Amino acid sequence: MIEVKNVDKSFEGNEVLKNVSAIFETGKTNMIIGQSGSGKTVLMKSIIGLHTIDKGRIEYDGRNLPDMKMHEVRILRREVGMLFQGSALFDSMSVLENVMYPLEMFSDFGKEEMTERAIFCLDRVNLEEKAFHLGPSEISGGMQKRVAIARAIALQPKYLFCDEPNSGLDPKTSLVIDQLIYEITHEFDITTIINSHDMNSVMEIGENIIFIENGENTWQGNNKDIFHVHNEALNSFVFASELFKQVKKANQ
Amino acid sequence: MSITRETGEYILLMKRVLVQPDRWKMFFRQFPKELEKLGLQSLPIVIIISVFIGAIMTIQTTLNSSNPLLPTYTTGLVVRDTLLLEFSSTIMCLILAGKVGSNIASEIGTMRITEQIDAFEIMGVNSANYLIFPKITAFVVMMPLLVVFSMALGLIGGYCVGIITNLITTANYLAGIQYAFVPYYVFYSLLKSLIFAFLISSVSAYYGYYANGGALDVGKASTNAVVNSSILILFFNLLITNLMLG
Repeated sequence: MIEVKNVDKSFEGNEVLKNVSAIFETGKTNMIIGQSGSGKTVLMKSIIGLHTIDKGRIEYDGRNLPDMKMHEVRILRREVGMLFQGSALFDSMSVLENVMYPLEMFSDFGKEEMTERAIFCLDRVNLEEKAFHLGPSEISGGMQKRVAIARAIALQPKYLFCDEPNSGLDPKTSLVIDQLIYEITHEFDITTIINSHDMNSVMEIGENIIFIENGENTWQGNNKDIFHVHNEALNSFVFASELFKQVKKANQ
Repeated sequence: MSITRETGEYILLMKRVLVQPDRWKMFFRQFPKELEKLGLQSLPIVIIISVFIGAIMTIQTTLNSSNPLLPTYTTGLVVRDTLLLEFSSTIMCLILAGKVGSNIASEIGTMRITEQIDAFEIMGVNSANYLIFPKITAFVVMMPLLVVFSMALGLIGGYCVGIITNLITTANYLAGIQYAFVPYYVFYSLLKSLIFAFLISSVSAYYGYYANGGALDVGKASTNAVVNSSILILFFNLLITNLMLG
């Protein structure tokens, strides 16, 4: 479980996060949603430790990130997997090497065991074997995301972060990626945090949703509760399109 | 203000780079690749420039030293000392700052803007050490070899053009390149090349590592890397020359 308590963060006097508190539960797909510029990316980067917060606590199962020394942060990060918006696969390595990289860096596995584990992860994300030896630029965007997920789970992380996992993907592939993240979260009992403004994802896999508005956490609930909320900002954000307005009506 | 900030950031980056790698196995996997990319792939440009500059120096020195009072070995002596003292160690490094510096800055800069460096950091890898340390060590190892190679090729280029154009005899040229030879000059030259190799690779890596934005910013980082490492080469050249020969 990751607990964020009274977090403040500002950049050159501009307050981006204001007293944000939230709980991200283990074995659930936790989502951070909000308009562009609302502070959701800053919140996610603060949780990972890419931004230093001004005030508050970020507890990874009781371990407070801002109190940790650099080497402790690096050890904690070995328990973290991350899926980046642009996949961030290493250009100089093949698909298989990308997935093997964290194992080579941090595990004591032999070459065979590492290859076995990497292949298991790639199989888990349903990547075809013929793509294993291709470079990241030689595979499609959806495949790149799947490789990135395989790399993120290679070391069996306790925490998984996904930054806009569906960005740039077609609706069908987006569904596949959402489903994959959901399954992996439950299968390996991971605390997953997804930063998204894809409402299909929110409805599909949002088990714990945090809505950030102007740097504040103004609502927390799940994909069932969201249909019965009276928060005007949240409603105008989630049910912006005519289609979603009708979906809401049908669910009420 | 910007210089102070950049110097501070550079020192902090070097503190992260110049530490023991997380896994030596990974370092030794990267190291030969960097030797090949930064060193061996620089050979063609070193060969071409050294041979031509040696040849041109021979022609110009011979044509401008027709005074009968000057000894016959003047051309060989001038070509040798110019190559040894300045051309192969400094001018060649300035040229390589353009080739290698832009290569390092753009490679690391692209990794920065495509979040690959963030991915290393999230995994708990010391990205600065993993990416930059093999480049610095490989270039520092290769640079003295490239400089010695450049010196030899410059002398050969000078010899060949002197013979082909009948401007100088073999005996006079060989006498010139052996006359009053100071071995300390070779040491001075190689030491300079080591320092310049460190400057080129580390400064370029710094600009790449702190690139932000998009493709345009990677281009800017690359330009800054080349310009600033060239300025630093000239400054340190003056300093080292004054300390060692002054």
